Amino acid sequence: MSSIRMTLAGVSSIAGVKSNDTLSSWLKRTTRALGLPLLGILVFLFIWQVGAKQIDTSLGQFPGPEQVYQQAGALVTEHINEREREAGFYERQEKRNAERVAKDPDYVPKIRDYTGKPTFFDQIGTSLVTVLAGFAIAAAIAIPLGICIGLNSALYAALNPVIQLFKPVSPLAWLPLVTMVVSAVYVTDDPLFAKSFLTSLFTVSLCCLWPTLINTAVGVSAVSPDLQNVSKVLRLNWLTHVVKIVLPSSVPMIFTGLRLSLGIAWMVLIAAEMLAQNPGLGKFVWDEFQNGSSDSLGRIMVAVLVIGLIGFLLDRIMLFLQRTVSWDKNAITR
Amino acid sequence: MAKHLDISDVSIEFPTPKGPFKALDGVNLKIEKGEFVSLIGHSGCGKSTVLNIVAGLHQATTGGVVLDGREVNEPGPERAVVFQNHSLLPWLTAYENVELAVKQVFKGTKSKAEMKAWIEHNLELVHMTHAMHKRPDEISGGMKQRVGIARALAMEPKVLLMDEPFGALDALTRAHLQDSLMEIQKDLNNTVIMITHDVDEAVLLSDRIVMMTNGPAATVGEVLNVELARPRDRIALADDSQYNHYRHQVLSFLYEKQRKVEDMEQRRSIRRSEAGESSEKKQRAIG
Repeated sequence: MSSIRMTLAGVSSIAGVKSNDTLSSWLKRTTRALGLPLLGILVFLFIWQVGAKQIDTSLGQFPGPEQVYQQAGALVTEHINEREREAGFYERQEKRNAERVAKDPDYVPKIRDYTGKPTFFDQIGTSLVTVLAGFAIAAAIAIPLGICIGLNSALYAALNPVIQLFKPVSPLAWLPLVTMVVSAVYVTDDPLFAKSFLTSLFTVSLCCLWPTLINTAVGVSAVSPDLQNVSKVLRLNWLTHVVKIVLPSSVPMIFTGLRLSLGIAWMVLIAAEMLAQNPGLGKFVWDEFQNGSSDSLGRIMVAVLVIGLIGFLLDRIMLFLQRTVSWDKNAITR
Repeated sequence: MAKHLDISDVSIEFPTPKGPFKALDGVNLKIEKGEFVSLIGHSGCGKSTVLNIVAGLHQATTGGVVLDGREVNEPGPERAVVFQNHSLLPWLTAYENVELAVKQVFKGTKSKAEMKAWIEHNLELVHMTHAMHKRPDEISGGMKQRVGIARALAMEPKVLLMDEPFGALDALTRAHLQDSLMEIQKDLNNTVIMITHDVDEAVLLSDRIVMMTNGPAATVGEVLNVELARPRDRIALADDSQYNHYRHQVLSFLYEKQRKVEDMEQRRSIRRSEAGESSEKKQRAIG
């Protein structure tokens, strides 16, 4: 801790903090804002390091922070190498085709795609695209439907049992059904989307629909009676009432729902990818597990940390959106 | 000649699990154009219910309200309400809050420029032009209530209904707003019904004070004509014997004739059920 304090003092003197008084208060604030989280991380790393040494698995010792750091580096190198190989492949192909066209002007060059194994970073990309698409579909269904059932208490009463029934269903239970339905229904010769992508997508949508739906409905139905009276005194028509009073007043609740949904979407996606062997981070983890080399556990641990980091960043992005869009700056922002 | 506003024989019953609850019984009140009438009474005596019936937000079980020869059946901007807790839309600025009302009432009769001038004029009346582009959470409680009054005035109502408009404000802000209201009233001479539980406020502002008996089945107890010359000055009146006489009459009605004996146990149980309800709503929301 004392070393942190010293470095902080060093930083502050560079920043040019002048009077002693502001220096100490600045130090206090910075220690709270940076020092405590840093301390938490250090303690976690220490426990991890010590704990990892105690665990021996059939694949060797459980990876500590150091091995995981090395594996992260290895994954980056692999990715760069793979990209170079791909660039090289296309370069050679182009050259070959150019030579053949030079020899024989009638020759129509064939362009083949590179068929390398997707790297860790390719899998991250796939997972991000899938989760965002699945979340978008869920939001596009849940928000309008939530507004409808929030406005109409009869509709709410009718749909509530169905919502409550499906809300707690695990993604793993949906997955086989979604897989079969996608295979049966999505039959084309020239598929725009891979079936695996659609399976993951719909599983994610089905599971993360509910929080947005419920929170939107509650937000819409819980418009303050005072504001409803204002609307009545002004004799606002139905459409104006919904657009000017109901929707703005439920925006904070809708965002609460969206944040919960996005969190669920990300968790569901990883599980679905693992179980269905669909491309993405889940498949990466599963492949490493099946691979069973001495590096596997370290690589899985890298994936775990990256999954956590991406989940955190997705939540922060939603929070940022909420702060920008919503009028209620005092809504829960943790 | 028929009166401007005629509340005749109004009774209302609310259905409860234990059978109908009679809140008001035979309320009669006739109000002239330009008259400022206060309703005063203990909390729970049905003052707000009377106001809500005039506003059209509640329907009387028997009897009815006639405004300029037409029966009141539904809410409308000609009976604008200033709510106790301002009820401004929190996502709109002061200007936009008034604009919503003006657009609704003067759609087709005022041009865009006229509407803008009218909105600004009404905000000017309540001395809010300096903060008209601020949102409710950026201004103080007193300022919010000023905007609420501007919104109601901007509807050019036949009757202005005020439901404890200054009840949630501190004493100094309240005095300030009362002065503003008297100033506005001098120019516009609106017909006003105001609910209050503040004796000084009632005597200072009103032409007539209507004192209500305790519920259930509350009704008009006494009516007091306040014949103090306008403009009224609160400091000068503080030593005025006539003013103090009026105060005394209202106080004696409230604390001698209609002394409130509240059942503490009943009150506690009501609070508990209210608290339970709100936490239930919260739990339902977090899915």
